[in-house]
Amino acid sequence: MSAITGKEVVLHDMTLRDGMHPKRHQMTLEQMVSVATGLDEAGVPLIEVTHGDGMGGASVNYGFPLHSDEEYLRAVVPRLKRSRVSALLLPGIGTVDDLALAVDCGVSTVRVATHCTEADVSEQHIASARKRGLDTVGFLMMAHMTPPEALATQAKLMESYGANCVYITDSAGYMLPDDVEVRIDAVRAALRPETEIGFHGHHNLAMGIANSLRAIERGARRIDGSAAGLGAGAGNTPLEVLVAVLERMGASHGVDLNRIMDVAEDLVVPMMDHPVRIDRDALVLGYAGVYSSFLLFAKRASERYGVSSRDILVEMGRQKTVGGQEDMIEDVALDLARRARGA
Amino acid sequence: MKKVKAAIIGSGNIGTDLLFKARRSEWIDPVWLVGIDEASDGLARARQLGVKVTHAGVDGLLPHVDGDGVRIAFDATSAYVHAENARKLQAKGVRMIDLTPAAIGPYCIPPVNLQAHYDSREMNLNMVSCGGQATVPMVYAVSRVQEVEYGEIVATVASRSVGPGTRKNIDEFTRTTAAAVEKVGGARRGKAIIIINPAEPPLIMRDTIHCRTTEAPRQAEIEESVRRMITEVQRYVPGYKLKNGPVFDGHRVTTFVEVEGLGDYLPKYAGNLDIMTAAALRTAEMFAERMVKEGRS
Repeated sequence: MSAITGKEVVLHDMTLRDGMHPKRHQMTLEQMVSVATGLDEAGVPLIEVTHGDGMGGASVNYGFPLHSDEEYLRAVVPRLKRSRVSALLLPGIGTVDDLALAVDCGVSTVRVATHCTEADVSEQHIASARKRGLDTVGFLMMAHMTPPEALATQAKLMESYGANCVYITDSAGYMLPDDVEVRIDAVRAALRPETEIGFHGHHNLAMGIANSLRAIERGARRIDGSAAGLGAGAGNTPLEVLVAVLERMGASHGVDLNRIMDVAEDLVVPMMDHPVRIDRDALVLGYAGVYSSFLLFAKRASERYGVSSRDILVEMGRQKTVGGQEDMIEDVALDLARRARGA
Repeated sequence: MKKVKAAIIGSGNIGTDLLFKARRSEWIDPVWLVGIDEASDGLARARQLGVKVTHAGVDGLLPHVDGDGVRIAFDATSAYVHAENARKLQAKGVRMIDLTPAAIGPYCIPPVNLQAHYDSREMNLNMVSCGGQATVPMVYAVSRVQEVEYGEIVATVASRSVGPGTRKNIDEFTRTTAAAVEKVGGARRGKAIIIINPAEPPLIMRDTIHCRTTEAPRQAEIEESVRRMITEVQRYVPGYKLKNGPVFDGHRVTTFVEVEGLGDYLPKYAGNLDIMTAAALRTAEMFAERMVKEGRS
């Protein structure tokens, strides 16, 4: 018996959304469809598909994808037998028009993401998703940056707009299991019992599995992961590893271990442009609490301006940047380069 | 010199800051501040300054428009009530400067198209959004040199400077700003992104402006054009500053700007609100100057 024996966990796959970051949003439709059908056959109940920065993320700032959100969704959704599809939306980047498009493409779930202290910008999007009868999720990013009680207040706002599930999102892969526990406990105590809680981890400090387990233990029901960990920074909680651990601990999850291992090994690993691992920069993200998607931007700015990517990321942390501030990276690199020249 | 009498509708942050600025104006005399909350700080400040106030909304102002000679009204309420305010006031011949996202009238970004609106004697001008005021001049600085096939702006603002109206309808910000990047900035396609950052102490508004030119960018001309435009904006927003750039990367031209406010009623970090009130005042002053010269004040 373990603390989670018999608990029901809903696994939500991130390979085709968060995994777009290490792919620089260049996945082909064939790759999307092959991974999605593999996940479907493995029994993964929910699969997220969009630009890494959500609907409407196509931009100079975040990168232009190989295909539009619509093309990806229309390619994937009709091919799935059991899995349902979710779309991510960050207010300030995407709008309710994007949400309507996602619904038209057949998504069952919309996840509306804000910085952990700015939930009130999600009202129109959450309300709109709920009104359309969707499974509506609020997604509080960079949740390590605010104390548990303040986070609970923000979660309650999302619930009041119509979210039936609220996520605690460790976008920087900074949290340790105790950080997860105090946040889940505070949010659980604040929300109605029927409102679900979710946890989204990043593996920058190798805490993806440990944090997910603690989240489940404290009452989270939905857990994000991605096959072979394909995701921003050092990646997300590796889904096939999580499934194996949940299996050993006797939690109920409905995913076939062999099949999810095969998706990771045979489909996702060969797709990687670089090994998604805890390299020096990813470790800095986790240690300093910096948004995971900044990783490749910092590496590119480092090459272009001849300053260390670690210095860029540390400076991004020092300036308390939040998710979406990719544009600051080039600005910071220019400042650091000027300083290095002694100007 | 005789000044033109103006009313400010909305006694929140924007309206109150505008009142402070307008009191220094050579051309505008802000005689009314209109609110809906008797206890608002804005109305209290206005009373102290000897400015007439009402908390009955625009209907509290209407009976006094003719008697007090109000010729210009700034609307700093919300998109929902602007249409009604504009209808009532324009019926009395009052020129509207709209700081809401309603955008009934054409967009006005002073250093780009104020002169054109002045010539067309437009009765209702819309001030777009804070992000639009801060970034569209930079898009235009590139597009007046050569064709910009795509313009994208990222506005990052301090959480404390974003009011409940913007939060309730943030899509309006992204849509309106993107439209202004196209219609006023001159980009063939536009996109706008807003990021709200809660850091303490609050960060000064910063904006990144990306343009993709159709042909290879003519660097020297663009640099010169950007420098001129910065000076132009600084005439009414002294804290508008080119932080980095223009960066040239293939056909991408990127500028990074910072907008520090004057700290009148709002704190200095809220350059996003300051640039709105300063742009609105500058717009009103241009019309007021003509009214005075034509003896219609």
